Amino acid sequence: MKDFMLIFRGAADQYDFSAEQMQQHMQKWFTWIDELKAKNIYAAGEALTPEGKTVKGAKVLITDGPFAESKELVGGFFVIKAGSLEEAAEIAKGCPDLPLEGSVEVREVMKM
Amino acid sequence: MKEPEHRNVEQLVDHLFRHQSGKMIAVLTRIFGMHNLEMIEDVVQESFLRAMQTWTFNQLPENPAGWLMQVARNRAIDIIRRQQHFQQYSQELALELLQETEHTVQQFFSEAEIADSQLRMIFACCHPTLKEEDQIALTLKTVSGFGVAEIAHALLTNEAVIQKRLYRAKQYLKENQISLDIPAGHELASRLNMVYTVLYLLFNEGYNSMFADELIRKDLCMEAMRLCLLLAEHKTGKQPTTFALMALMCLQASRFESRIDENNSIILLQHQDRNTWNKALIQKGCEFLNLSSQGEELTVYHLESAIAAEHCLARSFSETNWQRMLQLYDMLLDQKRTPLVILNRAIVLTQLNETVAALKEIWQIENIEQLIQSQYIFSAVLGELYIQLGDDHNANKFLQQALALTTSLAEKKLIATKLETLAKTKMN
Repeated sequence: MKDFMLIFRGAADQYDFSAEQMQQHMQKWFTWIDELKAKNIYAAGEALTPEGKTVKGAKVLITDGPFAESKELVGGFFVIKAGSLEEAAEIAKGCPDLPLEGSVEVREVMKM
Repeated sequence: MKEPEHRNVEQLVDHLFRHQSGKMIAVLTRIFGMHNLEMIEDVVQESFLRAMQTWTFNQLPENPAGWLMQVARNRAIDIIRRQQHFQQYSQELALELLQETEHTVQQFFSEAEIADSQLRMIFACCHPTLKEEDQIALTLKTVSGFGVAEIAHALLTNEAVIQKRLYRAKQYLKENQISLDIPAGHELASRLNMVYTVLYLLFNEGYNSMFADELIRKDLCMEAMRLCLLLAEHKTGKQPTTFALMALMCLQASRFESRIDENNSIILLQHQDRNTWNKALIQKGCEFLNLSSQGEELTVYHLESAIAAEHCLARSFSETNWQRMLQLYDMLLDQKRTPLVILNRAIVLTQLNETVAALKEIWQIENIEQLIQSQYIFSAVLGELYIQLGDDHNANKFLQQALALTTSLAEKKLIATKLETLAKTKMN
């Protein structure tokens, strides 16, 4: 088993959700995470706040944001266990944000 | 990185966000005023987005409702801090002013004050100068936390119509600087009447018509009951008429599940399995009915809940006390002489074997011809009465009319079955 990182990029549609829709959408995430945990696939996960700073270059320039479009903003990440990149991508298909035009980047964690 | 504990997906109570939305909007409106309603709705929306993000990836907080309230409170203090220009004063005064403001804001977030704010918000939404349809839309949006699409769906109209109603209502409240006051004396009584009307309409909207999406309609009934209970538990709303309306809703809701079978067909009262009626709700309804008898007032809500109670407490359809029912309908007619009440009273008459008299009453309803053309229920009942009289020709005619008029699938099925039976008896 290898570790993979799932990086979730914003589902802009949810900003217009009603209270009920938001709660239901959150329940979908809960269900998905619980399923992954039940299968011992889920290792960890965190949410990221939208604010950020970028530190760049030899002159160490610090700027605010990435300030990407809300659609491109990383909302959070999981670390999951899977046999291959393909398998990890298959697992990522369960992400409840996909129907809302969200996206998931799937990357293998490099091990020594 | 912390590992979230196993999380029960059912952990969040039903409609937590929706109910919390109503509370947060009410409290924030108390703090910032009606003219800031749009900003307030944004704050609430942001709080939910924040919760959704945080809770999804981490553990649920121990008290999700409290967590949301806390976010709203902090945001409120933040906004005040930014708008107050405290830097104009000495540091000492600025600090004191800020602390005092925070203290005041904090007080608005106590349980009792939250309930109070919600009640004030209901009163504002039911402001007498607003149109009834605007009152309902605004109540659902601000007090009940429904989204525009959900309101449109529940009220069987489109989003543009609801947007327009909400815009019109908000604009009015803003321009006329309607404040969140609890009226007193005479004005309280008349405002409470407006609130009863809105809650009654809300409940009936959910109860009386059945469409493919049953869930949201039931939600409307539950919401009307939740708001009515809020009223009944508040020192200002604790009135006999509030109890009567609450009784009516409980008693009607007790039959909710038994009215429709697994094929989404309507089950008539006489064929309903009375064992499936919700006994807890019937009991609650009777308790509220008892409470409603304090005082002098006898409103339509008193009478309608008494009628509902007669149905709920009768052991079977045939054992219903129709004589008593007729008395209640006579009293109701005195207060509310509407075609629908006359129609229902006529149905009671047929149970007392007075079908001919019943038909006569119906035909005497003002504008009955027009009602038959526009509302299916009149032709449906006429069709049924003519079946009982063995007048197949008229029965057929009115049932066909009813079939053409109703948009409800369940009703269509019911009428179609009757028409089939008629056709069969004709052939034999």
